[in-house]
Amino acid sequence: MQNPYLPYPVRIDTITVETEDRNLKTFKFVFLNPEDEKRFTYKAGQFAELSVTGKGEIPIGIASSPTEKGYLLFTVNKVGVVTTALHQMSPGDIMGVRGPLGNWYPWEILEGRNVVIVGGGFAFTTLRSSIVYMLHPDNRKRFGDITVIYGARTPGMLLYKEELMAWERRDDIKMHITVDATKDPSWKYHVGFVPTVTKDTAPSSENAYALVCGPPIMIKFTLPVLTGLGFPPERIITSLEMRMKCGIGMCGRCNIGTEYVCKDGPVFTLAQLSQLPAEY
Amino acid sequence: MYVNPADGIPRMAKRAFKKAALIDVLNRLKERYRLYAPVRQNDMTNYQELASGDQADFSASNTRLSPKSFMHPQSLCMFAFGTDKGSDQAGILREVEKDLPRSVVFGIRPCDSKAFQLVDVNFNTPEYQDPWWIRRRQSTTLVGMACNSPCSTCFCTSVGSGPFSPDGLDVLLTDLGDDVVAEVMTAWGSEVLDHADIRGRATDAMTEKATALQQEAERSLGSLLPTESLREKNLNALFNAPFWDDVQFACINCGVCTFVCPTCWCFDVQDEVRNQQGVRVRNWDACMYPLFTHHGSGHNPRHQKLQRVRQRFMHKLKYFVDKYDRGVACVGCGRCVQQCPVNIDIRQLFRLMNDFKG
Amino acid sequence: MEAYTEKIREAAQRLLKENKVDLVMGFQRGTIPMMSQPVLIRKANEGERLHWDSHCGSNLANYLPKRKERIAVVAKGCDSRNIVVQILENQIRREQLYIIGVPCLGMIDRRQVLGALQGREPLSVSETNAHLVIQGKGFEEKLERSLFLQDNCAICIHRNPVLFDELVAEPVPEQTEVDRYEDVKGIEKMTADERWQYFRELLGPCIRCYACRNACPMCYCPTCFVDESTPQWLGKSIDPTDTTTFHFLRAYHLAGRCTDCGNCQRVCPVGINMRQLNKKLEKEIKERYGYETGRSIEQRPPLDTYRPDDAQQFFK
Repeated sequence: MQNPYLPYPVRIDTITVETEDRNLKTFKFVFLNPEDEKRFTYKAGQFAELSVTGKGEIPIGIASSPTEKGYLLFTVNKVGVVTTALHQMSPGDIMGVRGPLGNWYPWEILEGRNVVIVGGGFAFTTLRSSIVYMLHPDNRKRFGDITVIYGARTPGMLLYKEELMAWERRDDIKMHITVDATKDPSWKYHVGFVPTVTKDTAPSSENAYALVCGPPIMIKFTLPVLTGLGFPPERIITSLEMRMKCGIGMCGRCNIGTEYVCKDGPVFTLAQLSQLPAEY
Repeated sequence: MYVNPADGIPRMAKRAFKKAALIDVLNRLKERYRLYAPVRQNDMTNYQELASGDQADFSASNTRLSPKSFMHPQSLCMFAFGTDKGSDQAGILREVEKDLPRSVVFGIRPCDSKAFQLVDVNFNTPEYQDPWWIRRRQSTTLVGMACNSPCSTCFCTSVGSGPFSPDGLDVLLTDLGDDVVAEVMTAWGSEVLDHADIRGRATDAMTEKATALQQEAERSLGSLLPTESLREKNLNALFNAPFWDDVQFACINCGVCTFVCPTCWCFDVQDEVRNQQGVRVRNWDACMYPLFTHHGSGHNPRHQKLQRVRQRFMHKLKYFVDKYDRGVACVGCGRCVQQCPVNIDIRQLFRLMNDFKG
Repeated sequence: MEAYTEKIREAAQRLLKENKVDLVMGFQRGTIPMMSQPVLIRKANEGERLHWDSHCGSNLANYLPKRKERIAVVAKGCDSRNIVVQILENQIRREQLYIIGVPCLGMIDRRQVLGALQGREPLSVSETNAHLVIQGKGFEEKLERSLFLQDNCAICIHRNPVLFDELVAEPVPEQTEVDRYEDVKGIEKMTADERWQYFRELLGPCIRCYACRNACPMCYCPTCFVDESTPQWLGKSIDPTDTTTFHFLRAYHLAGRCTDCGNCQRVCPVGINMRQLNKKLEKEIKERYGYETGRSIEQRPPLDTYRPDDAQQFFK
């Protein structure tokens, strides 16, 4: 019986500071045992429990795409005991990854569709996974137009800045990068909240699905915009956060109504969420 | 032999032994198995490992704390690790070996046995299997004692169980006064009775008396609590019902209901370190506690007491019903009714929720 | 007792009708014998729900901290002293409260009664001035009320509310010949090893449900020390050292603030008498500072106030 609480040991390969306040770091993990990497077959949208012995575990969305082989990427915000300990670790340190957990963005349904990605702040991690996945040469032609609206408070708070710029230069993906405010004169992209930019750029809802990930306040104001653009609730997809411990639907703490966010989610359509209590 | 249409398991011929021999039975079982039975401790009865057969006391209608700790201990060390960064074991978790010899829980009530079956759906799923729960389930024999006199706060018959229900038991004992009838439900139960040297057959008169006791016990439980409409109720309508405000006031979020309840399973996982050694331990937790759903960011979806009280009853009487189609997550043992310090009565919630028009 | 019920109902209805308060906190009849349920009513016609008897042991002050409304609350002697401390600690303002004071002759210890019945289930319990009459299947018992009071009520010396806006009855005589610290003195006589063993056994059954903490009107910290993670003060499992730490530290946090309302012991599902820890500290506070919790709204608890003539050197 495989013990679902036992993490795979991984080594920290690199640590990249993502944001100017240094509270977000991207960790690159390499499996100690190659067989574990084979077992860790995942899809964009899933998460894993990162385990730091002596401190605990935290559920973090997988930022790398399944097309990126040999390592895993996670972008972690420093908020508490475990994340602080993780931030203080160095390349070469050993920790654990348990997963992949949860469901994923509905890739089978998204085939042949246009995909509109709306992300805010550091919830962008699984969206990065999704974009890298779709842009991969093996996958790109399976999807229609890809539009991305991504914003942070300031330019320094954007994640994956170099990749964002690289995607911006491509012609097979339309990028709308925005910040809430900036005094930087060299900033050449949008200035404005994500919901506003979404409204202004008005991505078409025809044959399109929207993937929305961000802080609750962003989601709250973006959803009406998308609805107004003609996206029905079944075609608006979001990924939720909850306090989690076991990550496998057993400890009982992450439920929204009948659904465990760690096992039946974290990806839900708006149509599904409207059937559940608004308790998240 | 006849087949009980409810479970399709052939019910084997009933055995019987003299009540006066009960202590000997227990002592014989003790030689072979780790034996647990209810033991009186001052004003309450709880399961303890028996040092000798005469410690057992079956006079209480049920134990104060449920027997769920047999399958789901309150504190369980999952893994051990060293924190010395220089060691080659740094950051590696090792599963802690558990000593799980064959155990017998003697005198468990039918409601508590059914509770294990309900909690099975949480810990033993197609996708994930909890090794600690499963190993304990597999190594524990349940010798049940039918309830001749259910108490007034019992309502097992309302929730798919009953004072003589064999669900989940390996043996069902019925106390006839001078004799005890032992009905074997599984091969394991048969093995345990063999080791206890219980081989005598129950007479027809005994069987008749057991049936009469069963009928009397079921009759004494009175009318059933309403549950038939819970499934069809609209989830959000129940969630937003106006009665929660009144229900929640008295609650002090103390967690007693959760800890005494045989169908509550929520747990927390903690790492504890002492010097250079540590363990990852899981402990019982309760949705009653304010920090149960507290995010690292500070956001808490259930920061109000009303939300937490509502979660308890919505989970037990609605979410579990919808999700697993096995009825409510309650076996009618009545412990929460007896132990809630402010007399929040789940039986009232059955009525409020089932009869809600909205 | 009926007279009390009538008075409480009348007061509640009057206060709500005249819009003197937004809500009334009291008790309603319980669903099982010897229990009652705290209830909050907002309308005068709900006044009929209110009830009073010797099973109203819960401390309604537990529901007050940080509420914003104008509240009428039914308070016994101990409850009123907790309210005094809550006012001093800025958890509720005096102006918000209308205290319906209840001179109390002690609450019944339900578990003691159940113990005396030896497994026979009570189906109905009624009381006279001096007796409890208990009826069950095939039996009736008459028990002397004074023998079945909650432990704290048996030694109570402040039965009358100290702070109130109206009383529902004449004050009752206070007990004077009680030694509140008889059991504490017994423990004080033990050697250190004996005491360690004693407390290990006392706290052994604890299942860390925190009902004692939650039932306590003085435990209102937004994040209790047991729930802190940065730093984490103690482990959360049932390890005996952690359990002992929890009880000792909680008792210290209550020193000079506990009124011995008995709620902690009453709610404990495994019947632990943790009040012995609190009474030891109550004795210390009384001996060192001459202070009894919550007697007067003019007096601050000694551990939250500083006087230049305080004995400790490190203050200076």
